[in-house]
Amino acid sequence: MRNALVEQLCLLARDNARIFLLTADLGWSVVEAFAREFPSRFLNVGVAEQNMAGIATGLAMVGYRPFIYSIANFATLRCYEQIRNGPVLHRLPVCVVGIGGGYAYGPAGPTHHAVEDLGALRAMPGMRVVAPADPAQTQTVLSATLCQEDPVYLRVGKGGNATVPGLEGRFQWNAPTIIRRGGDEVLLLATGAMAVEACAAADLLLTHGITASVGVMAHLPPDHTPELVECLSGFSTVLTAEEGTLTGGLSSLVGQAIAREGLGCRLIAAGVSGRLAGPVGSRSYMLGRQGLDPASLATMVLAHGVQSLARAA
Amino acid sequence: MLRPDPATLRRMNDLAGKIRRGVLEQSRAANVGHIGSSLSVVEIIATLWGGLLRHAGTEQPNRDRFVLCKGHAALALYVAMHHAGLMDEATLGTYCADGTHLGVHPEACLAGIDVATGSLGQGLSVACGLAHGLRLRQSPARVFALLSDAECNEGQVWEAAQFAAHHQLSHLTAIIDANGSQALGPTRDVLNLAPMAARWEAFGWDAVEVDGHDTAQLAEALIPRGIGKPRLVVARTLLGKGVGYMENQVAWHYLPMSAVQFEQAMQGLEAVA
Repeated sequence: MRNALVEQLCLLARDNARIFLLTADLGWSVVEAFAREFPSRFLNVGVAEQNMAGIATGLAMVGYRPFIYSIANFATLRCYEQIRNGPVLHRLPVCVVGIGGGYAYGPAGPTHHAVEDLGALRAMPGMRVVAPADPAQTQTVLSATLCQEDPVYLRVGKGGNATVPGLEGRFQWNAPTIIRRGGDEVLLLATGAMAVEACAAADLLLTHGITASVGVMAHLPPDHTPELVECLSGFSTVLTAEEGTLTGGLSSLVGQAIAREGLGCRLIAAGVSGRLAGPVGSRSYMLGRQGLDPASLATMVLAHGVQSLARAA
Repeated sequence: MLRPDPATLRRMNDLAGKIRRGVLEQSRAANVGHIGSSLSVVEIIATLWGGLLRHAGTEQPNRDRFVLCKGHAALALYVAMHHAGLMDEATLGTYCADGTHLGVHPEACLAGIDVATGSLGQGLSVACGLAHGLRLRQSPARVFALLSDAECNEGQVWEAAQFAAHHQLSHLTAIIDANGSQALGPTRDVLNLAPMAARWEAFGWDAVEVDGHDTAQLAEALIPRGIGKPRLVVARTLLGKGVGYMENQVAWHYLPMSAVQFEQAMQGLEAVA
């Protein structure tokens, strides 16, 4: 996803002289293409994320559209208050790019596991939080980001993200994108790269006679939206899948929609729980450890009695 | 700007007197503190707003920018903006009242304030971004940042210091209101930053130390030097300058004045005038 992002940024920057890329000394073999083509609109500020957020604020104040790039935790938690008091407070079109969201840096250890970023950034009023599901959607999101003036948190994966079948790069603010239409019993709704696992879980559910629908909610708005409510109201059960803590993320958003709108939709929330410390490994190992692998997701659906509904049907 | 002429200096000094009185009057009316810090920056603000800042308070892209990094001294800035014709007296009188945009720390919705501040350590980075962006846009604008000495406890200040020197932001000037006092005690006891100027020089800045209550010294120190380095002015000041019982007294970082204390302070100013 990060390569797709920088490729697209180069493309857009050819016609948009406001685009500016800053990195806090990360992005080896990723950001160089932009730096070569647009040297005056590229800055490696050194290992200084707080300063980077402040510099981006100043650059935006004189008309640029800065993208600040780092590993997700460093781009968000390290400079959380600087983002709040800069782009958010002044409503400036700064895009915070968090690379390696969730467990993309699994073996790097817990300091590199970005699991609170979505909830933390979503708590900032006026911040648009987006976690694209695959490289093609990342590129669409990037273009959409340039069509509005709010600050954005763009949480992407690392390298080698799979293409999500059926998504075809589609993206809409505020709305889920349905990528697989099944029955009206179960919707598997994912954000970010978890869409791949959600699709695989849907395949597993098929073997149990359950034809699940699958959706991608890349944009996590601060409040539930009519589009989300309309989507949820068509299902008896929704399983939310997110590579992050349940606090403030996708499950919070969906839960809020169900509770406030009085929907008859049951929520199964799959996300990160437990303490940060613990054994580490590859992303797929970490997903397995957290019960976020496709088999675990399918089991969660079955364990909540959807199986019996399917049998009844 | 060249060395200020006597008329300009008189204007700056006259403005300083008005700011000092205004700070006391509005603090008393609102019954809020942060008086000591607002008084220590009076001459610095008067030098900048008394003629040095170009196109201040306008929307001109080439206006000089001023970032009050030590946002808790915003009252001095509000009074200066009032005397610069950017804010009427009624608005100034809303300081810290319900529904005001004139809080203890400044918001960016007012003409003349580009950057909302209040969380220490963050302003200089924004000033760096402004300076870098303005230079890319080939603007002649200068950028001024006013920090407190204790603000330099914050690590982010030194991130910004490195950046400004590395990128030779010679049109960026940081002024440190070195009043030697912070919330819980003298800076030398809390976290000693001496020698301040030498630290900045070691970071690649062109540093100078002046009497922060002397507008002539300040104005001269703020003349562009064109030597490819950001400028750092250590302005030696007194917390609560101008009010005898407040000077160098840590408590006046926070305390509001009683009616009696206000009268005493105003009489002291008149006696000096």
